[in-house]
Amino acid sequence: MPATSTPTIHVVYLARLREAFGVASERLEPPPGLTTVRALREWLAARGGAWASELAPGRAVRIAVNHDLARPDTPIRGGDEVALFPPVTGG
Amino acid sequence: MPVRVQVEDFDVARELAALRGGDARVGAVAAFIGTVRDVNEASTVAAMTLEHYPGMTEKALAAIVDEAKSRWDIIDALVIHRVGELRPADQIVLVGVTGAHRGEAFAACEFIMDYLKTRAPFWKKEATPSGTRWVDARASDDDAAARWERAPKSVG
Repeated sequence: MPATSTPTIHVVYLARLREAFGVASERLEPPPGLTTVRALREWLAARGGAWASELAPGRAVRIAVNHDLARPDTPIRGGDEVALFPPVTGG
Repeated sequence: MPVRVQVEDFDVARELAALRGGDARVGAVAAFIGTVRDVNEASTVAAMTLEHYPGMTEKALAAIVDEAKSRWDIIDALVIHRVGELRPADQIVLVGVTGAHRGEAFAACEFIMDYLKTRAPFWKKEATPSGTRWVDARASDDDAAARWERAPKSVG
């Protein structure tokens, strides 16, 4: 993608994380160079408060990119839908 | 589509009959039904709310069913999972599997439930006398799912 674009990603928060953050979803423009799930998590944690505590290293957070479970090194691109949520408890 | 997420209750007999579909190749129908308990971690549970992630949920369930079909020689499989407000004794989830023989059907049914428990984006929130609380994931569910990572293809 061209370096001049400012691609936005759609970030979704679910279950306990939605309540802790007080927001269900938002459109974000990640800073240049933010290209992985790991980097997004660290960037959001830097907001402090509930963001820092819920997304601290060691806290169990699952992240999906475009509806597929992701790994820390999964790439993130403009237009992606990225969801952050606690470990699942269905069934 | 053999995967459904719905608020409404489901009729097990009707769903399994539809899954069998009068197919005479079917010699075994394995089914699991998950229901709401009235006690969890020493607290009385008056009600439960099930949340999911629309869009991902159906995709994740379909992928689990596809994985089961690739691992075992089964004929068909069905997953119905409810969301919204549920009360003790309510049905939560139905997994049904048809096959020629019981071994494959049992194994695939258990596999689907174990993977659903750790990979499908559902979350339970319980209402207890001391307030509402999100249910924590259990390590035992991870262990149950992990068994299948090591398991070779079943011989049924």
